[in-house]
Amino acid sequence: MRLAGKGRNRDAEEVRFRFDGRELRGRAGEPLAAALMAQGVRVMGRSFKYHRPRGVMTAGSEEPNALVTVGRGAGREPNVRATVQEVHAGLEAFGQNAWPLVDFDVMAVNDLFAPVLGAGFYYKTFMWPRRFWEKVYEPAIRRAAGLGALSGEHNPDPYEKAFAFCDLLVIGAGPAGLMAALTAGRAGAEVILADEGVEPGGRLLSEDETVAGQPAHVWVATALAELAAMPNVRVMTRTTVTGAYDQGTYGALERVSGHLASPAPELPRECFWRISAKRAVLAAGALERPVAFAGNDRPGVMMASALRSYLHRWGVVPGRSAVVFGNNDDAQRTARDLAAAGVHVAAMVDARPDAPEVPGVPTHRGAVVTGAAGGRQGVEAVSLRLEDGREERLAADTLAVSGGWNPTVHLTCHMNGRPVWNEEIAAFVPAEGAVPGLTPAGACAGVFSTRGCLEAGARAAREALADLGRQAPAAEVPEAEDAPYRLRPLWAVEGKGRAWLDFQNDVTVKDVKLAARENYRSVEHMKRYTTQGMAPDQGKNSNVAALAVLADATGRSIPETGTTTFRPPYVPVSIAAMGAGAQGEGFAPVRHTTSHAASRARGAPMVEAGLWYRPSYFPQGDEDWEAACRREARMVRAAVGVADVSTLGKIDVQGADAARFLDFVYANTFSTLKPGRVRYGLMLREDGHVMDDGTTARFGEDHFVTTTTTAAAGEVMAHLEWVRQGLCPAWDVRLISVTEQWAQFAVAGPKSAELLDGLIDGGLDKSAWPFMSCGPVTVQGIEGRLFRISFSGEEGYEIALPARYGAALFEELATRAEALGGGPYGMEALNALRVEKGFITHAEIHGRTTAFDIGMGRMVSAKTDCIGKAAASREGLSGPEREQLVGFRPVEEGAAMSAGAHVFAEGAEAVRENDQGYVTSVAPSVAFGGWLALGFLRDGRARHGETVVLVDHLRGTRVRATVQEPVQFDPEGGRLRG
Amino acid sequence: MRLRCPLCGERDRREFSYKGAAVALDRPATEDWSAEWDDYLHNRANPAGETRDLWQHAAGCGAWLVVTRDTVTHAVTEVALARDAARGKGAA
Repeated sequence: MRLAGKGRNRDAEEVRFRFDGRELRGRAGEPLAAALMAQGVRVMGRSFKYHRPRGVMTAGSEEPNALVTVGRGAGREPNVRATVQEVHAGLEAFGQNAWPLVDFDVMAVNDLFAPVLGAGFYYKTFMWPRRFWEKVYEPAIRRAAGLGALSGEHNPDPYEKAFAFCDLLVIGAGPAGLMAALTAGRAGAEVILADEGVEPGGRLLSEDETVAGQPAHVWVATALAELAAMPNVRVMTRTTVTGAYDQGTYGALERVSGHLASPAPELPRECFWRISAKRAVLAAGALERPVAFAGNDRPGVMMASALRSYLHRWGVVPGRSAVVFGNNDDAQRTARDLAAAGVHVAAMVDARPDAPEVPGVPTHRGAVVTGAAGGRQGVEAVSLRLEDGREERLAADTLAVSGGWNPTVHLTCHMNGRPVWNEEIAAFVPAEGAVPGLTPAGACAGVFSTRGCLEAGARAAREALADLGRQAPAAEVPEAEDAPYRLRPLWAVEGKGRAWLDFQNDVTVKDVKLAARENYRSVEHMKRYTTQGMAPDQGKNSNVAALAVLADATGRSIPETGTTTFRPPYVPVSIAAMGAGAQGEGFAPVRHTTSHAASRARGAPMVEAGLWYRPSYFPQGDEDWEAACRREARMVRAAVGVADVSTLGKIDVQGADAARFLDFVYANTFSTLKPGRVRYGLMLREDGHVMDDGTTARFGEDHFVTTTTTAAAGEVMAHLEWVRQGLCPAWDVRLISVTEQWAQFAVAGPKSAELLDGLIDGGLDKSAWPFMSCGPVTVQGIEGRLFRISFSGEEGYEIALPARYGAALFEELATRAEALGGGPYGMEALNALRVEKGFITHAEIHGRTTAFDIGMGRMVSAKTDCIGKAAASREGLSGPEREQLVGFRPVEEGAAMSAGAHVFAEGAEAVRENDQGYVTSVAPSVAFGGWLALGFLRDGRARHGETVVLVDHLRGTRVRATVQEPVQFDPEGGRLRG
Repeated sequence: MRLRCPLCGERDRREFSYKGAAVALDRPATEDWSAEWDDYLHNRANPAGETRDLWQHAAGCGAWLVVTRDTVTHAVTEVALARDAARGKGAA
């Protein structure tokens, strides 16, 4: 209910929203949990396993119970904490893990089976029959137990990722964080102050206390005004720093538009930040921890500090009559503040025999709460055991609990740091230097007074700046609350009934004791056996208490028992935010050639080649790919075809040692190549296997242009740079990629010279351009290059002009080819032509083949050293046991073969032991009709003419084929020499 | 993760690509297969502690780098140009 005149959001606009279909009213900007509390909604969620009704427990992102689904349709978001989601006009939220509604959930029948659903129940109960696991047990368990569900549709909401840089990142804007930011900001440092909350201030916004003689929130406002006026300070709200990574990199999730009623369309829902900070101050505060007792999960049982947040910030309380249960002075604040706000406080139950008295509230010292009793809507009565052993029962609908505070050490554990047990506060604190460059300050380092936090923040910032060689003036730390933190450790109260530790995964004290009894004594084993700490809250509310119970059950101390590892992210991060921009077309860069638009205009379907898109074929009429491929291949064999080959990598190699360098990186020799000539080159990896191949043209004594395959262009460039810098640093050689600078087209076929004769300035004198020649030409006065090379087996040329003329050149070439009875051809025809000629691609040089395998063993230089030479000479990389490149032709005319089929001897069973090789490339053949293939066959070169069987188990085909010479068409090469 | 390229300054890990141990700098001078070649190609230490790796500032200046770092703490203690490291060994 809402308390008149209370809450700092008194003047907020009233808006309508819906929860589980009911229309409700709330104040814009308050957490959904506060708005629901104001309306008297107590049940906000259902528990994971037992479907027990649950109410809100905390006021922060650690909330284990009040998880809701926000929105409907494709972009609906499950597992949103009602403590984080802000109310706006039109907000729609739904309870989860319940049917039909959280308020009335049929699945709650699970709770009746609780005696058999304890820790590890699925290991014991559903052992057999084994085949029931996948089909029956798992789906049934998954349906009954769980959290919210995604829509299963494509997420239409925009997300972003971004980078930021600073001298000092301050994580958390409570008293320590604000002082750190002020100190560093005043010293002129670049500061990012990131805070998870809607407004900075941390606990200062939730407490009734003073700083510098004024109400704490007023001091916060003054500090924020000062920070806002500093151009070197950036304050990021709704931003949770989720992880600490190497070299001062931090991940952060910013909730950008989920709180807006009608966000501008360009606003992302969330933004994932990578912040690079020279230094960081962790001022993440602390999380209050519960005490386990029977029924401590009932709606109405809440953290004592959370109650103060709801009261002071949003002016709401969960009930009319409260009991406060604690073991430290801080808990007493809740009794004091509730009483001052006019809420009936039936008792302050303090576990400490020496606890002070709360004025005006019946205070039971040395007493504990043994149980919270009630119905479906939550707590109705609280049972106590007094110091003298008497039991008492009080009527109350609200039970505030405090077991003390756990410093938020999570980020200090992200780089393998193990927190250290501090006996004085009975809690873990960060290990010294756990994350290089990050200093924990304030409550996250175990300092719990406001004054102590303010001082720690200022000091941490000064030290961080001193590290960076900057002087920060000593800040004046304002006067503030500076009470000692007095606590008597209390984790669980013995009693009948289930006492919850992990609310989100339904793990009880009994479950942890059972794990210990069954010898899961290691904290890591206990965690996995009980699932404690494995829910979305990652054990923020339960880890330390579960550890304490385990320590007790195994007769060890807490530090002996250890802790589990906190890993990033600190709060759940949607995959959509982390992978922002990488969906659909953003998945990989797209590279288009200069002929792309013209190819699309001619109806060509495009196929990916590395990052490039190349035309598959240029269909005429209703041709399918095969018909188009055969027509285009015939066209090249009979007339002339034009294909864009610009995607091949082009590397300009220059310098006095350029030739020597190429001799070293290629298996064969280039220093003997004459200027004006082109040579095929085979490149090996240092392990003796083939890396890539291509042609290299020599334009001058010190100038080569070498080409790579399309897909390997980047890899080859990196490799050549490695060899140049790492293996021959003293040589005079320079490399630069010119792939995108030149548009290059293959012109192939018996009429190719005729076409070029009309295009090149001054015509083409064929006698001056023998096979494997190269040189400069001009086209309409534009300087370009011509290469007499062929990948089709026909007389062929490649003409290159600067890329800006590529589109025009393609049109010109295609039009001229069409006039000669030819036209453009695509990748399918290019492939069909090269398979007939036995030319290899990466289908053949796939990383496991050697020069010997492809019949080029003798190309490896005998005279000079080259990359891969030593390793290629190894035993086993050559010889008859190797699978060698061969051609295949089906015995039965027209039978379709398939790439990926394996080769078996006739009569042999098609099993792995009899495997003799495999098919790598298959294409239609215009020279022979039907289909041709390339592949590898054991001792293949000695087996030409033999009949084998190609078996494709995947496609269920079986084809008899004869083994051929890889070069099946025009083996003498008369056509390409023209 | 961030690396300080000697030519470009400190940059995000995404600009770099990784090759492997800096052993690759010590290429044997012989052309015949040997135990030395076997070590060079295949045998790698897997230290819990200091390691020297080769990285390329691929999305930057293209320089190959020798990065000395600690596999336990992830601290990067030195980044040098592979060219300088290779010259220091008296490579060709």
